[in-house]
Amino acid sequence: MVGKLYASSSPHLRQGDTTRKIMLDVIIALLPACIASVVIFGYMSAVLIAVSVVSCVICEYICRRIMKRNNTIGDLSAVVTGILLALNYPVSLSPLIAIGGSVVAIVIVKQMFGGIGQNFVNPALTARIVLLTSFSSKMSNWTEPFAYLNKNAADAVSTATPLADGEHLTSYFDLFFGIHGGCLGETCVLAILLGGIYLVARRVITPLIPLTYMGTVAILSLCFGLDPIYQLLSGGLMLGAVFMATDYTTTPLSNLGRFVFAVGCGLLTMLIRQFGSLPEGVSFSIVIMNILVPYIEKFTRLKPKGFIKPKKESASK
Amino acid sequence: MKSNDISLPTVPFRTRGGVRVPHRKTTSTCESIVMTVPSQVSIPMQQHIGAPCKPTVKVGDIVCVGQVIGDSDQFVSAPIHATVSGKVLKIADIPMTNGAKCQAVVIASDGLQTPYSELKPPKTDTLDEFLSAVRASGLVGLGGAGFPTHVKLRVPKDKNVDTLVVNGAECEPYITTDHREFLENSENILYAIVKVKEMLNLKRVVIGIEKNKPDAIELMRNLIKKEGKSDYIAVLALKASYPQGGEKVLIEACTGRVVEMGKLPADAGCIVMNVTSLGKLAEYLKTGMPLVTKRLTIAGSAIKEPKNVIVPIGTMIKDVIEFCGGYSEEPKKILMGGPMMGIALTTDELFILKQNNAILAFNEKDARLMETTDCIRCGRCVASCPMGLMPPLISRAVKLNEIEELKSLGAMNCMECGCCSFSCPAGKYIVQTMRTAKAMIRSAK
Ligand code: SF4
Ligand code: SF4
Repeated sequence: MVGKLYASSSPHLRQGDTTRKIMLDVIIALLPACIASVVIFGYMSAVLIAVSVVSCVICEYICRRIMKRNNTIGDLSAVVTGILLALNYPVSLSPLIAIGGSVVAIVIVKQMFGGIGQNFVNPALTARIVLLTSFSSKMSNWTEPFAYLNKNAADAVSTATPLADGEHLTSYFDLFFGIHGGCLGETCVLAILLGGIYLVARRVITPLIPLTYMGTVAILSLCFGLDPIYQLLSGGLMLGAVFMATDYTTTPLSNLGRFVFAVGCGLLTMLIRQFGSLPEGVSFSIVIMNILVPYIEKFTRLKPKGFIKPKKESASK
Repeated sequence: MKSNDISLPTVPFRTRGGVRVPHRKTTSTCESIVMTVPSQVSIPMQQHIGAPCKPTVKVGDIVCVGQVIGDSDQFVSAPIHATVSGKVLKIADIPMTNGAKCQAVVIASDGLQTPYSELKPPKTDTLDEFLSAVRASGLVGLGGAGFPTHVKLRVPKDKNVDTLVVNGAECEPYITTDHREFLENSENILYAIVKVKEMLNLKRVVIGIEKNKPDAIELMRNLIKKEGKSDYIAVLALKASYPQGGEKVLIEACTGRVVEMGKLPADAGCIVMNVTSLGKLAEYLKTGMPLVTKRLTIAGSAIKEPKNVIVPIGTMIKDVIEFCGGYSEEPKKILMGGPMMGIALTTDELFILKQNNAILAFNEKDARLMETTDCIRCGRCVASCPMGLMPPLISRAVKLNEIEELKSLGAMNCMECGCCSFSCPAGKYIVQTMRTAKAMIRSAK
C-alpha cells in the first residue's frame, strides 16, 4: 500500500531557479559596485547602503503584515531595491532621507500596487526622483572622490558630475574607474560591467536591453555631435542600462518589446541630456518608459504559432 | 500554411522556444524484459477518444490472447483485445486516472498466454482493407488522448497529404520506450513505414529522432540505406530540446510547415505516427497479433530496479512495480507518463492502458512542490513557449474573465507541454491556468 501521494498538475519537473535565487544573483552582481562606492567615497557609502537595505526590508515586512498578506522578505527583492536605492544617493546624503527613500520605494511604489511583480514603475528610480524633487540640493551635493582620505578638508569638498561640468574635464580613465563625483554606484563603470557580465553569465538577464540602450545612446550622441564614449561612461547610464532597465517587473515580456523599450530609454535619455534642463536623464527616461510598458506590450505582442484571427476563422482557408 | 516542397530535408528546421530538460534516460540501455503474466488483468472498455466499446464476452467465457473482447460500431473507436489467456471473471466498473469510472473486462489469467487460434495476417491489398486492418489491430495514438490510428490514417481526399512524419523524438525525461523500439524492432518499423507510405500514396517520410539517441539514428540510417529506401525516407537528428516530440513542433522541425491553430496535421499535408505504433502495426500486419502489450519505462527515484518491461494491457500498476523490485522508499508521487506531461496518480491500483509508455515513482525529495511567489514578469515562460504564447497576459485575462482577450492571445493554441511552468522561477502552475483559459473559451462558445 502506498501512502498519500502528491497529485499536482503537470509538469512535475522544474528547472531549479527560484525568485530568491534570481534576486540573490542580482545582489551578487551589485557587490562590485557597492565595494567600488566604499573605495571611492568612503565608509559612509557602506552606512548608506546598510541603512537603505535594512529600512527597505523592514518596510516590506510591516507592509505585508498590515495588509495581511504573506511575508515576502524571503524573496530578497526588498534587499535588491535597497541596494539600488543607495547606489543612487550622493554619499553626503543624510541616512534619514535614505529611510524616506525606502518608504517611498517599498510602501508607495511597490506594496501599494500589490508587491513583487505588480508595480508598474521601478521602485528605486521612482524614489530617487521623488527625493530629487523634494531635496534637490541634498540629492545633488556631489563629493570629490577620495575626499575621505583628506582629513583637513573634512567632507565639505563639493564638485560637479562629469555631465554637469559642461566641458569634458574628466578623462576616460577616471570615468571608467569612477574617479569623479556622482552617486554611490553609478560612477565606477568597471564595477557595473562586472555585475552585468555576471548577470548575463547566470542567465538572469540577456544583453538585449543594456546593449540596445547603450547603442541608441551612442548613435544619438553621434547625431547630436557629442562624444559617444563620454556619454556612455558618465552619469547614471551604465547603472541604469544594466540594473534598472533590466528590472523584470517594469519591462516588457517579449524580446521585441524589450528592444522597443530599450530604444525608447536611449532616445529619452539623450533628448533630456541634450535639450532638457536636467543634466541627467537616465532615471526619468526609464521611469517614463516603465509607464509606457503596457502600451509597448500591446503592439509588440507575439503572434501565436499558426495563429488565425478568431473572427476570420470561417472565412480563411 | 503548407509549402509544397517535398524534397527530403537533411537538417531539422528551426522551431520556437522549448526548454532544456534533464534527460535522466538511464534505462535506455535496459533491454526490454517481458513481465511474468499477472494473475489478473482489468481491461477498460474505453482506451481511446470517441465511443466506448461494448464487451463482446460474458462472465465465464474462456478467452485467448488477441481475441476481441470489446468493440463498438462507431467510426471513432478501436476494438479491445484480451491481453492474457484465461477466464472472464467479471465485467465491472474500475477507476480511471482522472477519477472517473469505466466499464472493464476482468480476466483471470491461466498463465499460459495461449494465442487466439483465429489470428492471421490481414489482407491489405486495397486501401480500405488496409484501414480496416489498422482498426482491427486496436492501435490508438500515443498522444495521451488515444486517437484511434485508423481514423487518423483515413485522410479526407481534399487534404492532399504528402508526408509521413515518424515521431521518435521521445523528448520526455526518463522515458526510453521509443528508443528501445528503434533498437529492438527496427525492421518492423521500416516495414510499417513503407506500407503506410505505399497505401496512402505519400511522397516522403521524415523520421525525427532527438540527437541524444545517436545509436537509434545510425541504426535507422543504415537500415534505410541497406534496404534502398533513402530516396524517400530521411532520418533527422533533432536537437535535444523539449518538446521536439510535440506533434506541431515535430512537424515544423521535420518539414518546416506550421499547422495552423485549431487545424490538424493533415491540413499541413502531414501524418504523424509514433515509432512504437509503427512497430506494433507491423507486428499485426505480419502475424495478426493485435495490440495487447505495451513496453513501459518504469523509473524514478522510488523504484528499486528501473527497467523497460513489456506488460499486458490492463495490468495493475502495482503489479508492474512489484515486478521491478517494488519501491525502494516510500513513493510520494507516481506518474503515468513523463514528468513534463504525465498525470499524477492518487493510487497505484490503476491499470495500464494502450497509450501508456511509462510509470514513474518519486521519493519525497523529488516530489516536493516548489515554493511559489507572485509572477515577477521575468518573461522566461514567454521565451520558452513553443507556441508563441504569453502566459502572464493570459493569466491576467483569466483573472479578469476576458474571453475575447483570451481568444486573441491564442490561448487555444496551448498544447500543455509545460515548458512555461518548467522555466518559471516563481513556481507558477501556468499549465493549470492555461487549461482554465481553454475551458473558459470553450464554454463561452
Ligand atoms: S504549456 Fe502552453 S503556454 Fe505553456 S509553454 Fe506549452 S504551449 Fe506554451
Ligand atoms: S516565467 Fe513565471 S515569473 Fe516569469 S513571467 Fe512567466 S509566469 Fe511570470
